[in-house]
Amino acid sequence: MEPDRLKYAKTDEWVSLDGEVATIGISDFAVNALTDLVYIDLPSPGKKVEAGKPFGVVESVKAASDMYSPVTGEVVESNSKLADDLGKLSSDPFGAGWLLKVRVTSPGLSADLMDRAAYEQHWAARAH
Amino acid sequence: MRNTLATKLLFDLSQPGRRGAVFPKSDVPDQALDELIPRAHQSTSAPALPEVTEPEVIRHFVNLSTKNMSVDTHFYPLGSCTMKYNPKRHERLSALPGIVDMHPYRSVEDSQGMLELLFTMQAMLAEISGLPAISLQPAAGAQGEFTALLVSSAYFRDKGETRTKVLFPNSAHGTNPASAALAGFECVQLKSTAQGFVDLNELSAHLDQSTAVFMVTNPNTLGMFERDLPEIARRVHAVGGLVYIDGANMNAICGITRPGDFGGDMMHYNVHKTFTGPHGAGGPGSGPIAVRDFLGDYLPGPVVVRREGPGTSGVSSDSTLVYDLAVPARSIGRVRSFFGNVGILVRGYCYLRTLGAAGVRAMSENAVLNANYLLAKLKDVLPVPQGDRCMHEFVASARQLKEERGISAMDIAKRLLDYGFHAPTVYFPLVVPESIMIEPTETESRETLDAFAQAIRDIVREDPELLHQAPHETPISRPDEVRAARTPVLKWITSEG
Amino acid sequence: MAYLYNTPQQQREMLATIGVGSIAELFEQVPENLRLRRPLDLPPALTEIELENHLRELAAKNTTKKTGVCFLGGGSYDHFIPSAIDAVASRSEFYTAYTPYQAEASQGTLQAFFEYQSLICQLTGMDVSNASLYEGGTAVSEAVFMAMRVTDRHSKVVILGSVHPEYRQVCETYLRQVNCELVVVPVPDGIADVAAVRQVLDDRTACLVIQQPNFFGCLEQTRELTDAARKVGALSVVSFDPISLGLLARPGEYGADIAVAEGQALGIPMQYGGPYLGILACRQEFVRKMPGRLIGETVDREGQRCYVLNLQAREQHIRREKATSNICTNQGLMALRATVYLSLLGPTGLREVAELCTRKAHYAAERLSKVPGIELAFRQPFFKEFALRCRAGVDPILKKARAAGFDIGPDLKRFRNSGVSSAENCLLIAVTEQRSRTEIDKLAEALSG
Repeated sequence: MEPDRLKYAKTDEWVSLDGEVATIGISDFAVNALTDLVYIDLPSPGKKVEAGKPFGVVESVKAASDMYSPVTGEVVESNSKLADDLGKLSSDPFGAGWLLKVRVTSPGLSADLMDRAAYEQHWAARAH
Repeated sequence: MRNTLATKLLFDLSQPGRRGAVFPKSDVPDQALDELIPRAHQSTSAPALPEVTEPEVIRHFVNLSTKNMSVDTHFYPLGSCTMKYNPKRHERLSALPGIVDMHPYRSVEDSQGMLELLFTMQAMLAEISGLPAISLQPAAGAQGEFTALLVSSAYFRDKGETRTKVLFPNSAHGTNPASAALAGFECVQLKSTAQGFVDLNELSAHLDQSTAVFMVTNPNTLGMFERDLPEIARRVHAVGGLVYIDGANMNAICGITRPGDFGGDMMHYNVHKTFTGPHGAGGPGSGPIAVRDFLGDYLPGPVVVRREGPGTSGVSSDSTLVYDLAVPARSIGRVRSFFGNVGILVRGYCYLRTLGAAGVRAMSENAVLNANYLLAKLKDVLPVPQGDRCMHEFVASARQLKEERGISAMDIAKRLLDYGFHAPTVYFPLVVPESIMIEPTETESRETLDAFAQAIRDIVREDPELLHQAPHETPISRPDEVRAARTPVLKWITSEG
Repeated sequence: MAYLYNTPQQQREMLATIGVGSIAELFEQVPENLRLRRPLDLPPALTEIELENHLRELAAKNTTKKTGVCFLGGGSYDHFIPSAIDAVASRSEFYTAYTPYQAEASQGTLQAFFEYQSLICQLTGMDVSNASLYEGGTAVSEAVFMAMRVTDRHSKVVILGSVHPEYRQVCETYLRQVNCELVVVPVPDGIADVAAVRQVLDDRTACLVIQQPNFFGCLEQTRELTDAARKVGALSVVSFDPISLGLLARPGEYGADIAVAEGQALGIPMQYGGPYLGILACRQEFVRKMPGRLIGETVDREGQRCYVLNLQAREQHIRREKATSNICTNQGLMALRATVYLSLLGPTGLREVAELCTRKAHYAAERLSKVPGIELAFRQPFFKEFALRCRAGVDPILKKARAAGFDIGPDLKRFRNSGVSSAENCLLIAVTEQRSRTEIDKLAEALSG
């Protein structure tokens, strides 16, 4: 995935819509902020996810962060390879580190999602 | 003197045929076991427990114990936990025959001494809190919180109100939101002021008819007294809500001021903290709650009551019966089996009976004196953002040290172990960066406090690299926690695979 | 006497260092109008001698197993406690330490609890155990909440009427707030009717809660019950008696998903109901949904084997409102006692205790059921405890027992409000390895008189 062509949520997830299937991941900034990841919990295929609601958790030794879905729909695939190799999440957040593929129930993406430039601004503003 | 004896696990020591306990032969007529218990219910093999002798067990665990720091061996200024001295008389007295061997279903006629003790404990806790109705049932502070929140729910339900939210400041202990969620409430976390107090505007902005309870620790987790509590309570009460006081920090204020007098409607005690439990390597605790009179009917039962005069008891014709068990009229029900963590309550009772009113006040005064003294001795090397005064504990920050020299709160904590001091609480509360929360308690001498202050003054001048690698003199160096969490090994695994 | 060290002279010097003139000044943060302007109204302070005399007087007002032979049961039992347990549990380094947050200074505690977890796994046949919960009743409730998380079913839980009524009451209290229906399956005949249980289980059910041996001492058909739960995708939660596992099938052997227990029998004194020990063990796949602390093995920087608090991201101090439980302080010292108990007994000792309980309880059941007016309440296999039906009511029987120096019960009337069917005219008798044939015979004689 090209970071510049993705849409981003305020909660640091990225999404790319191809037809009615959205691919979801976590931004490079957010992944770098999560050190020493130890565990990820993703929903299995068939589960419903809802825009703005948590769909899973990523844990380090002394922190746990919820991940929020940018779209509403049904999970068609989750990246089961991540469980055994969380390094992929950090090393390739836009590629092998993808999290979910979701069949969306409504077409298009929410207007609340940001493009890369807006997201970079959002991240920088939050860091201060 | 090398102690490597306890590096093995019991399972590694096991030798088939060894044993540490032998029981008498059966003295009842012999019958085939299968006739007593059908084969289908029996296991085909005995559980594979280790086979060791009593001397091995003793040497194993006694050697293990020496790998711990504890209050009896070291200064243990773990903030928020009140690691005070545990008087030895409590251990002997709580183990007296007639107390330690009482079955919980013994009849009230045969439990009058115990019930008298527990009744007096209820009365003493009511007096210290300024809240008249007590339940001794909760097993620990977190269960006290949960219980009180259920009491509030039942009270609102009876008033025909649906209140869904529990509010708490962002400096709250993690148990506050966890208990609220368990009790089915929506959690609303409030920003604190820059000084770490409850922000009245933030509070008002979130208070409405859906507010059930505002939970607040006082003194707060920064060791400061929330002086606006009467105003906070006024605002919470104005929307019909209740104020809950997390009593974790009661050691600062016993005999000085009372939760019931500064606006609290409900609170819990941590008997294992304030009234010297002991802490038992993680527990048991005891978390009695105290509530206002109009909430008393909702408490879990049973509670201990005193029957006035002979012959009035509904449970017995025994005219000497004075104390009885009763379930409050509109009780939320039980939160645990049996009466409560009585063994810890007996110790708390012994403590309060030893101290008396003057002693209890002196306890809090000296806890506050010791904390302020330590603060004064440390503030120039370890700044305390909240200022020059504290209650029974204070929260220093290593932020500047971290920025200037790369020395973190964790580094200081770990290096203190080398100096022979248990580490303070670090990285809590979250509202102070690189926080180091220090609670010396009243049962420490000035000499100990001086030595501890000197240790920190020495540590902050040490080579940062030495500190990153600390501790150097403990039985192990820093453990690999990432490995532990990524591939959890949570039990002994047989070497055969 | 508040166990204070500092002399008045030292206090003055400390105040000078702080820069205040008096202790009162230190309390300036506390507004004047909030201060208590009188001494607390507490009983007078006692010296150690006075306190000891006072406690001995109170203790003397309780009769105990020293004065009354204990046949009481119902979840707390008079099992023998080997001396070595007190010796270990009274080590200051254990009982005056707290939660092992600093692993480097807590290896004693951490390893002991790792051993506890390992022993509980061996005992139960389950994959993983936590480091303790409060007691048996909350252990059941925590297991129920855990089952709701695992199954993602939040509206219905099924519990047998033969589960300890106080455990059921605790569950009811815990579940009321979250609008989860708690369906109690009546057990009028001593054990559950598996067909009746199947009828109430459905695809909304998060779990089926079973107790083995059950509250009446009888043995449930656990294999059939766990199978029934599995068929509808519900978990089975089994509350077991740890002593019974010296003889009976382990929860892991008959397919339990979560095994919980009251661990009091493992070397913990009865002390009027607590502190006791909540045991919770489960299958490996549920580990991250577990409540309570977990100790894990790892290595230090030199590669030495060592132990740490593990998977803490489940817990309240990190996860706050999303934690798997609100528990913080647990029952550490009680878990240590259980660890020493199981180490001392080993497989042979535990088997001996379980067999002694079985033999003596069955002898007692035979003797007591021959007393005129008394019969066994249920014709079911049992372990160390059984229910008696007293045709002329329980009270006269209790009176006779008490007069002869025996404590028996509890009277099931006590639980009438919690729906114990067959509560009328029934009481429980528990027989541990400590009871002798002579005591049993004398009890039978006393009740016959």
